[in-house]
Amino acid sequence: MATTPKNPPALTARNLSIFFGANQVLKKISLDIAAKAVTAIIGPSGCGKSTFLRALNRMHELNPEARLEGEIRLCGEDIYASQVEPVIVRRRVGMVFQKSNPFPTMSIAENVTVGLRLNGVRERRLLAERTEQSLQMAALWDEVKDRLHAPAISLSGGQQQRLCIARALAVQPEVLLMDEPASALDPLATQKIEDLIIQLKRDYTIVIVTHNMQQAARISDFTAFFYLGELVEFDATTKIFTNPAKKQTEDYVTGRFG
Amino acid sequence: MENHFELGLDELRQKLLMMASRAETAVNQAVQAFMQRDHDLAVKVRADDSIIDAFEVEIDEMAIQLLTKAPLATNLRLVTVAMKISQNLERIGDEATKIAKRARDLAQDPPVKVNLDLPRMAGLALTMVKEALDSFVQRDAAAARALIPRDKEVDALNKQIHQQLAQHMMENPDTIARCLHWIVAAKSIERIADHAKNIAEEVVYLCEAQDVRHTLGKSSRTAAD
Amino acid sequence: MTAPNHNLRKFKNAFMQTLACVCTVLVVLPLLLVFYHLLKEGFTAINWAFFTQLPKPVGETGGGMGNAIVGTFILLAQAALIGVPVGVLGGVYLSEYGGTKLNWWIRFAADILNGVPSITWGIVVFALLVVHNVTVFGQVLIPRGFSALAGGLVLGLMMIPLVMRTTEEVLQLVPGGYREAAFALGISKWRTIVQIVLRTASKGIVTGVLLALARVAGETAPLLFTALGNRFWAHSLTEPIAAMPLQIFAYAISPYDDWHRQAWAGALVLLLLVLFLNAGVRFLTRDRFQRKG
Repeated sequence: MATTPKNPPALTARNLSIFFGANQVLKKISLDIAAKAVTAIIGPSGCGKSTFLRALNRMHELNPEARLEGEIRLCGEDIYASQVEPVIVRRRVGMVFQKSNPFPTMSIAENVTVGLRLNGVRERRLLAERTEQSLQMAALWDEVKDRLHAPAISLSGGQQQRLCIARALAVQPEVLLMDEPASALDPLATQKIEDLIIQLKRDYTIVIVTHNMQQAARISDFTAFFYLGELVEFDATTKIFTNPAKKQTEDYVTGRFG
Repeated sequence: MENHFELGLDELRQKLLMMASRAETAVNQAVQAFMQRDHDLAVKVRADDSIIDAFEVEIDEMAIQLLTKAPLATNLRLVTVAMKISQNLERIGDEATKIAKRARDLAQDPPVKVNLDLPRMAGLALTMVKEALDSFVQRDAAAARALIPRDKEVDALNKQIHQQLAQHMMENPDTIARCLHWIVAAKSIERIADHAKNIAEEVVYLCEAQDVRHTLGKSSRTAAD
Repeated sequence: MTAPNHNLRKFKNAFMQTLACVCTVLVVLPLLLVFYHLLKEGFTAINWAFFTQLPKPVGETGGGMGNAIVGTFILLAQAALIGVPVGVLGGVYLSEYGGTKLNWWIRFAADILNGVPSITWGIVVFALLVVHNVTVFGQVLIPRGFSALAGGLVLGLMMIPLVMRTTEEVLQLVPGGYREAAFALGISKWRTIVQIVLRTASKGIVTGVLLALARVAGETAPLLFTALGNRFWAHSLTEPIAAMPLQIFAYAISPYDDWHRQAWAGALVLLLLVLFLNAGVRFLTRDRFQRKG
């Protein structure tokens, strides 16, 4: 079922099951996330796609009732090994959320470098360089370079989301997770985010959860279809959207349910 | 609640079948007019071709509209296949018109005395058209695949008729004008069979997402050669 | 849509509007009356001497409440030193850490403490600090007797549950998205709380602290058992200290007109202090920018 991407996978999940209390939300998921490519995760609400995404950087642990079985490896290293700190994992695997959340008490520049500063980086030149670099990568530099000290919340919705992407990129993660990053944005802003993602995949591994199938078809290389906590099908995006192997996938993709 | 998109797809299918039925009828009537030297029927076939042409335009418009709704998987394949099948049906209609034109011209003249297998050839081609369209309706990829090699039979018959007529023309030069009409008619029937084969190939793509154009029944030359 | 219904609705509308107006007036009127009364009675006693001088001995006119005003500020400063760290940190614990069962009990305890009569607090601190020496390893840390320390402690203790609850509520109002974003950047939990959550909630926390200060500034009963009051400047925190509510009380029940007038003035100053603190809250919580869509 897994296709053969060119490089070794960035993330691999094996028999991953997640329980919230007595409720099993993910059932033995095994999946390879290809490096420097975009993998989309689609499925109806409640199918476990967001939970899976969060497991990739140990964010699901914020729910005190969460329990995990199986393993996830980042470039071969088990991220749930007992000596591994979640904080370290999250610096290597960044996340951008559905609702943009730049810190309101900080300026644009402060927001970009917050991940560095709050982890002890003080050198001003490095921070300034990283600020410009990250804002360039997020296609936001030209729009804000003259007002880096303006409050972050003075930006528009689409700009705020790109700021959040710059903020995530500033800590130089290997993988970028995106949970429906454009669903709260207007079509033009969405377009910009999509173009940005296609550009970013040259340097980063990206996993994106989306409920918009056309978006998944537009920007992703591989697509995984989840349903009721199970991985139903995982293949190259073109195959999933022109000729899926499983009837369930076909039904979901053609809008017969979900 | 109704799925409006599904309704749109159904309408597309219906239109395609209506067009197919018209094309079948046109071929039937054209061959009949040719064999039975029926001048009036030939004229009718030519006049009715405009209806087939109109169908092609309508189906293409419907397909474009459905494409703006970004269909996926089977629906996507259905829409693109519908456009291709309608194009092939329109060409079948055109070939029927050509046969009808020759029929109209021949009707005035005395018949040619050659024992030709044209009716059998026409029968084969007509069967291919009908079966191709049936396989579309039934979504029967196996039937469509079985159809594709039969194009060769029609080709062989065309060649045979061609040779027979060439021989006859050399022996009876006064029949050349009439024989040429027969050659053209045979060619048209051969083309009709080709189009039927194309339709069958599209049906295979629709059902199996396999593009079998230019591959089945040919020698094993690959693109790398 | 018949005419009779229309008139009935119009009448009901007008009636409710009038009722609402009357109620508003009834609410605001007492405040205005108090203010007017205080101004009328106490304004004449407000002068520079009032703020700077000590009370004159019995029988002499003049003098002021300087020591009481300074005393109140000293007591409030101590209360803040005790109440703010404990209250804020307690609020942080309730909001960001802790299991649901334990937190329920803590909140329950805090709500009960908020309702405890202030005189009870006074008696408790009286028993703890005033009656005995406070000794540590045999050394006397705080000698027994009424003291400013005891006064500061009782006001601080009263502030703790108040500040803790308001801090917790304000922290809960900080959207979870900010915490998530910080965690996703690999920032540790404690740093997230201090640098992100507390920073975002800072205005609300300061509001809570100012309101708690305004509340304890006017408490009289607990100070009766702890600070006691002082006719002179206090020279150390282990001595009794004057405070405005105490002084107002002493003057008000005295037989001297001049002292009565000074009591009114003191009450006016106290009211102004509370108003000032509340205005400060309003100022801090004003909405500063227009936000883009």
